[in-house]
Amino acid sequence: MNCQQAKPLIDFYADGELDAAGILELEKHFHDCPACALAWRNGQSLKKSLKQDALFFTAPPELRRAIKAELHSQVKPRANFWNWNWLTGATTGVATACLALLLAVTLNRPSAEQRLTREIVSSNIRSLMVDHMLDVVSTDQHTVKPWFNGKLDFSPPVKDLAAHEFPLIGGRLDYIGGRSVAALVFHRNKHVINLFIWPANGTDTKPAASAAIQGYNVIHWSETEMTFWAVSDLNEKELMEFVQDYDTTNPL
Amino acid sequence: MLPHLDAAYNLARWLAGNDHDAQDVTQEASLRAFKFFGSFRGENARAWLLTIVRNTFYNWLQKNRPPEIAGELDDEALMVEDVSVNTEAINLRVADAQTVQRAIGELPVEFREIVVLREMEGFSYKEIADLSDAPIGTVMSRLARARKLLQKSLAGEFQTGGAK
Repeated sequence: MNCQQAKPLIDFYADGELDAAGILELEKHFHDCPACALAWRNGQSLKKSLKQDALFFTAPPELRRAIKAELHSQVKPRANFWNWNWLTGATTGVATACLALLLAVTLNRPSAEQRLTREIVSSNIRSLMVDHMLDVVSTDQHTVKPWFNGKLDFSPPVKDLAAHEFPLIGGRLDYIGGRSVAALVFHRNKHVINLFIWPANGTDTKPAASAAIQGYNVIHWSETEMTFWAVSDLNEKELMEFVQDYDTTNPL
Repeated sequence: MLPHLDAAYNLARWLAGNDHDAQDVTQEASLRAFKFFGSFRGENARAWLLTIVRNTFYNWLQKNRPPEIAGELDDEALMVEDVSVNTEAINLRVADAQTVQRAIGELPVEFREIVVLREMEGFSYKEIADLSDAPIGTVMSRLARARKLLQKSLAGEFQTGGAK
């Protein structure tokens, strides 16, 4: 290292900003070069001159007091106003939001029955939309009932209600609530009634109408270890007639 | 904020050059710092406060003493390489506080600032660069020049009729 290289490094060295390799080389150079060593010593003298406590101005007590007073006057009312009102408001707001969310989740969570009803309505709509209403087209219950054999693990009670002006037009397999079910299709004038049937393991229940979903009425009941879901765009009264007719008609 | 009040006042005092203006600047800076403390993200509260003191001072300077910052720091006028020859020949002693104070007071404000931040507050080049919003190269060259000027000034008693 020569003086040309060493000079700019002296400040870095004095300021602790020189890397280890630079420090070693520079110290070696100081050893060999009295001029640079003198420059280094002068730099150190200057540093010491500048570091005297007498050169450091401490804040006058009146300034400290003035700032404290100023901060106090600014903070106190604000602290009351903000901290209290804001905090209370925020807490109330958060609590309300939590409660609302909880309620919304709880209230909006459909019950098992509601979910099933929706599923049945969806299935009914699908059957009308995709032209997949019938796997077996027959107005003959003696044709429809055997058709399910081997396709389901139960034998749905198939009835023809033509005498009650609800002619059977066929049946199909469907999938509801995680299982294969029988779907019987009846007509009432131009209306379609889908009747879903699958085994129930509960007690018998009387026909009950669920709230209409998307314009479709749903009535479900259970008997003889089967559960029945009738869905149609028929009005509720006519659909209930269908249910009662179905109920009172002897199966095959 | 009050823990670093001395550092804040010291910088303001060196920049402003007198107690009255330094108190004004420090007070305003402290209140500003308090107001914007929510936006403080760093870990060095002292550096942050001094940044505010510095900015407050330059705003104050613009309003109150336009002539002093008439133009950007004229690097040509501050070229001190030529006078450095003189200081190299002498043995600089540690000067008394009064002499040093006068010598610092004679420095341009940008140099006073860097001397306070480096020598009294002990900030690194990088910290000073961040604090004064200047490139680190500018920090290093200003510091070198400030030191040359101080050495020249402190050695002045041995150097009669040195370079301009």
